[in-house]
Amino acid sequence: MSILIYAESVEGKFKKTAFELASYAKKIAAETGTTVTALTINAADTSALGNYGVDKILTVNADKLKAFNAKAYADAIKQAAQKEGSKIVLFSSTTDSLYTAPLVAVGLDAGYASNVVALPESLSPFRVKRTAFSNKAFNITEISTDVKVLAIGKNSFGLIESASSPAVEEFSPSLNDNDFTIKVENVEKVTGKVTIADAEIVVSGGRGLKGPENWGLVEDLAAVLGAATACSKPVSDLGWRPHSEHVGQTGKPVASNLYIAIGISGAIQHIAGINASKVKVVINTDAEAPFFKVADYGIVGDAFEVVPKLTEKLKEFKANNS
Amino acid sequence: MKILVCISHVPDTTSKINFTNGDSEFDTNGVQFVINPNDEFGLTRAIWFKEQQGASVTVVNVGGADAEATLRKALAIGADEAIRINANPTDGFYVAKQLAEVAKNGGYDLIIAGKESLDYNGGMVPGMLAAQLGYDFVNSCIKLDVEGSDAKAVREIDGGKETLSTKLPLVIGGQKGLVEEKDLKIPNMRGIMMARQKQLTVLEPVAANNNTQAVKFEKPAPKSAVKLISPDNLDELINLLHNEAKVI
Repeated sequence: MSILIYAESVEGKFKKTAFELASYAKKIAAETGTTVTALTINAADTSALGNYGVDKILTVNADKLKAFNAKAYADAIKQAAQKEGSKIVLFSSTTDSLYTAPLVAVGLDAGYASNVVALPESLSPFRVKRTAFSNKAFNITEISTDVKVLAIGKNSFGLIESASSPAVEEFSPSLNDNDFTIKVENVEKVTGKVTIADAEIVVSGGRGLKGPENWGLVEDLAAVLGAATACSKPVSDLGWRPHSEHVGQTGKPVASNLYIAIGISGAIQHIAGINASKVKVVINTDAEAPFFKVADYGIVGDAFEVVPKLTEKLKEFKANNS
Repeated sequence: MKILVCISHVPDTTSKINFTNGDSEFDTNGVQFVINPNDEFGLTRAIWFKEQQGASVTVVNVGGADAEATLRKALAIGADEAIRINANPTDGFYVAKQLAEVAKNGGYDLIIAGKESLDYNGGMVPGMLAAQLGYDFVNSCIKLDVEGSDAKAVREIDGGKETLSTKLPLVIGGQKGLVEEKDLKIPNMRGIMMARQKQLTVLEPVAANNNTQAVKFEKPAPKSAVKLISPDNLDELINLLHNEAKVI
């Protein structure tokens, strides 16, 4: 009956989303009088899960699973859910987890809801709130199957510390050749740079910056804040920045704590993609830019003057507050 | 190669979103519908396979008669034929089941769907379809090449990309990158005329469960007005971000 979470790790280390998931699961477990089991795959040290209320850890250690493989991972998670008799299986919203969750849902004959942003509104019937229409709305989804699979939206729940002493159990799922028909040929990963997916703060530039040669402004501000850099669709279409930085409805979604938009007018599609961010700051010369309608804080001013000054002041602030 | 491209019929990205019938349904009043953008990248890549490698391209939608205009647009862009499963697409599992039936019966080698639709954002149909069919599946696919029965796909990962090799039959969850934005096709007059002659078959759904149901919609709470800060008073912005918003 235990609630199962898939505690995703990268190179052996847990992502923050794994702890967010544990916090979410613990809340439901406390309400329903059940426990939380975490499944880990090739995680080096699982002890940190005990800070967030996990009762039991199933550790899978297999060389075959060194590289992520959706089919094989789904098979392992499904078998763990069956072994634990879990009625609720939770995923985070990383690229790999969102790849895996639908496969697990089919394997368990479970209804699946993604982009879940809050604890269940009710447990019977089982109803959760999720975002839809690219963050322009929410919907309450009812899941009618016995087993439920949820993917929890990034940064939507937060961390709740709760000390526990989880029992650790080695788990060896039976995997077959059919799980490994997709082969990883090559991985290209930017190292030493904050990714948009993991970033707490995102600094984003638009056409107002006039050309790719001015991106130092964005990068300097991002560096002070430990932020990821992003851009609007026109900027990526013009080739000023790579597609991988394009955020918005047809680009990457952003759900950061702080989103700073520089020289971005705020087309409806852009706003849809970044609206899940908690706090939004806009810097734009045009006081009528639609972004001011959705932002929390705004500066009407020239980015070429404001941004370097802001970067300097933040440097001072960081020096005094660390 | 027989390609099946799954098409969602979704509100245009500029649409204002409203609900009706006690907030239980999307209000389609005055809304322009389009091919789901993630599907359109896949459709355009499929047509490239048709033009360069002699593939055939069928488009399929699960939806009501109103979705036929969107299917006709896909035919005008270059798909060979269209299938509409006459059912209300309320649950991802249900939709995947319908698509699996078409994929199996038609013997398609490559099935391309958008990684998510821009209306419900469920992101589940391609994966569920692959799992139901027992086919390999690549999600968030930004590049796809096929030679004979060998496929090479690049998928986006957090902070980079990964190149995968596999074999047909294969299901793809596609997105921007499969083709560039500038390569998307706009139907021309000849295409639109030809689309009228192309076959659009309407099939009735097979029995399947609706595992989930959207019971109610809500709009986000109205936002309080932006706090404007003078460009000469950036200390105030830092103060607000630190003490009020607590994000730095």
